[in-house]
Amino acid sequence: MNYAWNWGVLWDKTGIGNEIYLNWILIGLGWLFAIGGIAWLIAMVLGTVLGIMRTLPSKTANRIASAYVTLFRNVPLLVQLFIWYYVMPDFLPAGVKNWWFNDLAPNTSAMISASIGLGLFTAARICEQVRTGIQALPKGQTHAAYALGFNTRQVYREVLLPQAFRMILPPLGSELTNCFKNASVASLVGVIELISQVKTIAEYTQSNLEIYTYATLIYMVVNISLLMFMGFLERRFRVPGLMSEGKS
Amino acid sequence: MNGFNWAELSTAMPGLMQGLGVTLRLLAMGVAGGIVIGTFLALARLSSIKFLSTLAKMYVNYFRSVPLLLVLIWFYYAVPMIFTLVTGDYLTIDVAFTSCAVAFMLFEAAYFSEVVRAGIQSISKGQFNAAYALGMTYPQAMRLVILPQAFRKMLPLILQQSIILFQDTTLVAAIGLVDFFRASYVRGDLMNLLTPYIILAGAMYFVVSSLAMLGVKQLQKRLRV
Repeated sequence: MNYAWNWGVLWDKTGIGNEIYLNWILIGLGWLFAIGGIAWLIAMVLGTVLGIMRTLPSKTANRIASAYVTLFRNVPLLVQLFIWYYVMPDFLPAGVKNWWFNDLAPNTSAMISASIGLGLFTAARICEQVRTGIQALPKGQTHAAYALGFNTRQVYREVLLPQAFRMILPPLGSELTNCFKNASVASLVGVIELISQVKTIAEYTQSNLEIYTYATLIYMVVNISLLMFMGFLERRFRVPGLMSEGKS
Repeated sequence: MNGFNWAELSTAMPGLMQGLGVTLRLLAMGVAGGIVIGTFLALARLSSIKFLSTLAKMYVNYFRSVPLLLVLIWFYYAVPMIFTLVTGDYLTIDVAFTSCAVAFMLFEAAYFSEVVRAGIQSISKGQFNAAYALGMTYPQAMRLVILPQAFRKMLPLILQQSIILFQDTTLVAAIGLVDFFRASYVRGDLMNLLTPYIILAGAMYFVVSSLAMLGVKQLQKRLRV
């Protein structure tokens, strides 16, 4: 095969100013972290609230959270991002709409809608994890907390959530990596994150295989770092005797 | 929403149906190929030969740590190249579709292999011993005793993974393949009816996935007995 390998492609000049292609990769990585980070924040907050709602005695709260999960789980992420990017801005009030289309840089508005879309999508998954975590706790915990005179708010804040979150840290870790992997889909709604940068560089340099190999390596490093971070959290917040600690 | 009516929809229908055909073909190939390759991966993973199990583990870890989107884009370039390398010929059939189908099979295989592995491990050791006692060889024991039982147990998980794949097929838009969603988007863009067409496509995926999900739940209840 006469394929001209060029593993140094990242240090080649882009022809624009003094930039090398590595700069473009770093910019893409920055946007990837911005989208993944914001989305994760939205997902954690909303997902926890929804997860609590699913365990409350109130039928209404339960139904709302359950409908949310059904809706956001059964529509493909790409379609959801398209809805936030193409459809939703049309329904904004006139003033906000003007600001959205004219004052914001296109990449910023695309980034915001992608983060919101990814956040709401991931929240449905977090909700299920939180619910599982709370329901896995022995019923006696709730009863004991009420017997101590706590109100519902305190029961969740002081007793149920601290234990449930410790329990679901491992599945949350894989959701976290999923969230950052899914951030790549934002490249299809006009955000210049890692994948779209990589695609552009591949088109400019024709060094497809090298560029995609580098992208794969970057994703692996990001994944491993996120998992290591979750492992650190697990060790940091471990309460001796709370869970089986057989596995290292 | 002006102009979005039955006449418009029936004009668009052949294009949309063609897109749906691409979606369903990709889904079928991804699921079938994924299960076959995934089963072999699971067997390799559980094998007592260290080399095989390490290789299978690396395969699974690799595909689970990269986004599907990157795999699709990469295969779009790599598949024709490898094809040329192996056969010395140029790939003349639909490159986008072929590379997507291959990418889905290999990508899903990593996920299916974990399902199959869990399924095999859930079968009690006694079944193996009994099969060996009957004089069966390892392939016979797997094919006739273990796998049929394991697949019965795994069916709900396999269906669930297939629903996820059904949603993930929308990502083929990244390399310009026109699936159902891409067809709806293109039509909406052309007719200046983006909003209704995107919502329509979303509704289609929602209805199919949630009905399938309900079916899986029923099946789970039935199998639990």
